[in-house]
Amino acid sequence: MAFLDNLINGISLGSIYAVIALGYTLVYGIAKMLNFAHGDVIMVGGYVIFTAMTSWNLNPYLSVLVAMIACTVLGITIEKIAYKPLRQATSLAVLITAIGVSYFLQNIALIIFGEKPVTFTSVVDLPKISLFDGKIIIKSETTAAVIISVLIVVGLSLFVNKTKSGRAMQAVSEDKDAARLMGVNVNRTISLTFAIGSALAAIAGALLCSAYPVLSNTTGAMPGIKAFVAAVFGGIGSIPGSMIGGILIGVIEIMGRAYISPQLADAIVFAVLIIVLIVKPTGILGKKVSEKV
Amino acid sequence: MKLKIKPHTRKSFLTYALVIAAFTATQIYISSGSASNMFQGLLVPFCVYSIAAASLNLTVGILGELSLGQAGFMCIGAYSSAIFSVVTKDTITNVWIRFPIALLIGGIFAAIFGVLIGIPVLRLRGDYLAIVTLAFGEIIKNVFAALYVGYDSKGLHFSMTSQGDLGLEPDGTMLIKGALGISGTPKDSTFVIGFVLLLLTLIILYNFIYSRTGRAVMSIRDNRIAAESVGLNITKYKLITFGLTAFLAGISGALFSHNLSILQASKFDYNLSILILVFVVLGGIGSIRGSVIAAIVLTYLPEALRKTGSSLTNYRMLIYSVILIVMMIFTSNAKIRGFFSAQFMKLKRLVIKDKTPAVKEAE
Repeated sequence: MAFLDNLINGISLGSIYAVIALGYTLVYGIAKMLNFAHGDVIMVGGYVIFTAMTSWNLNPYLSVLVAMIACTVLGITIEKIAYKPLRQATSLAVLITAIGVSYFLQNIALIIFGEKPVTFTSVVDLPKISLFDGKIIIKSETTAAVIISVLIVVGLSLFVNKTKSGRAMQAVSEDKDAARLMGVNVNRTISLTFAIGSALAAIAGALLCSAYPVLSNTTGAMPGIKAFVAAVFGGIGSIPGSMIGGILIGVIEIMGRAYISPQLADAIVFAVLIIVLIVKPTGILGKKVSEKV
Repeated sequence: MKLKIKPHTRKSFLTYALVIAAFTATQIYISSGSASNMFQGLLVPFCVYSIAAASLNLTVGILGELSLGQAGFMCIGAYSSAIFSVVTKDTITNVWIRFPIALLIGGIFAAIFGVLIGIPVLRLRGDYLAIVTLAFGEIIKNVFAALYVGYDSKGLHFSMTSQGDLGLEPDGTMLIKGALGISGTPKDSTFVIGFVLLLLTLIILYNFIYSRTGRAVMSIRDNRIAAESVGLNITKYKLITFGLTAFLAGISGALFSHNLSILQASKFDYNLSILILVFVVLGGIGSIRGSVIAAIVLTYLPEALRKTGSSLTNYRMLIYSVILIVMMIFTSNAKIRGFFSAQFMKLKRLVIKDKTPAVKEAE
């Protein structure tokens, strides 16, 4: 039973990683950059929900909506100010800028909300599921995380494959210059990608803070990096890959915490990343991209 | 006969001269008795951070790859050298023999890990390498934070779970107590040793950069495919650079651990790696001298500001993050850089044409 419990917790955490990983995958696929600040947008989303619920007394679902709007605006602003001037720059410069943005968000939050973590009230309001005569109880947060992440993966796949904007995203991801020649507005497509990624980050923030109700300025950093590991594991650029990678990383982390060592759970997740990159750098569902001279 | 000095020889000797001059000035300042305790306490950290930043600049500036694992290598150097020093504290009483060996052990262990981690991951580039080095740094920090090491007549005992699990003899000593870290390291680090190490680091770095190997590394940075097609072994050169960076980071870590009597692994976190990266970026990517200056200034300023009670200390990390973003946009965006270099040329022309003393002084 303990094993099943851990498995359920792993899937719950994994579903949250999957939602975060989608943000990384979309941005990496289209802008070819590792958006280090993505994890911190989750933290911002968490704080917006917290403020909306406690200070403005908004309904939880409305608070999440407010956070999604706020994060979308934030994501687009970050892209316009920090990343757009560096479209032609080396990946080293872009990466350092992204780290700068990540640090900026963390420290702004530190100044505004202080060092002390706040206790987050869950936004999820679903009944608990009781299995095997109450031996296993699936928390409402778990149900919500799994359902929402599946909905997002399906919805996003449909959006990318069936709509005009989604196909424009694919075209930009394939070849920026060719896409421009075919009449795709590259800058708008990149902004759209950041907007979707950041809105997803707000949802991930709601799920993460509901499941683990402690919110501080570094809340998003570790889950962000682990979700990137998940995105790489599943195959970066692949939407279903994010889901598979997310669930696997979540389960590995919880199992590692339960059966190996609580202190080493993070180290195990990172070891998985190193092994994946050695054995199959493109991940489970990723495709190999040959380099042009 | 006119003595011909190569430009890079002049550059490196100017840096050595600057460091020596700064050291002499500091020594005079201290012997005058007016140096504050705060300043004297910062002297070894100056050297630690300078060495760490200068060596990171080798990977970031010369190899052109981002490593976020500098703190991890420092951690390995700090722990391995501290274990050696604590164990041999009673057998090798001469500091001048024990400490250099400890430093070397720190450097070599870090270099071994640098090469080990480098073999699989240096095939990766850019973002992946950055994230893997970050992951590596976190693994090192977590493993050392969970590590228990004890020492008795039978030798060293290791455990990953608890102190009791070590099976230590009653007269044995604890070296590393998990998250509590290392304690009882002899305080061997002095400013003089730190200065000598910094000077040695600079000599090693400059000679490496302007050697045949260094030029090969820079050619890989500038055009990897072209470098490969003229027959350079990319992996070999990357490993050499990565290993040397790790070796020097290990030495700086060893210097660090012998400056503190208690040291936790949590000190070597992601933030330390970022801090060192800020030194490199602010000092100028590729400029070894810049890294040293930036490391010293940015280590001194927050402490000095803290003393004056300025509220600026709260905003220190915020300012660093803005520095990172602004520096990158200004140096990497072709339009903005073009604008500034045009302004600079205009200014230069103005200065050269107009030779009044006032302008010359401003120059």
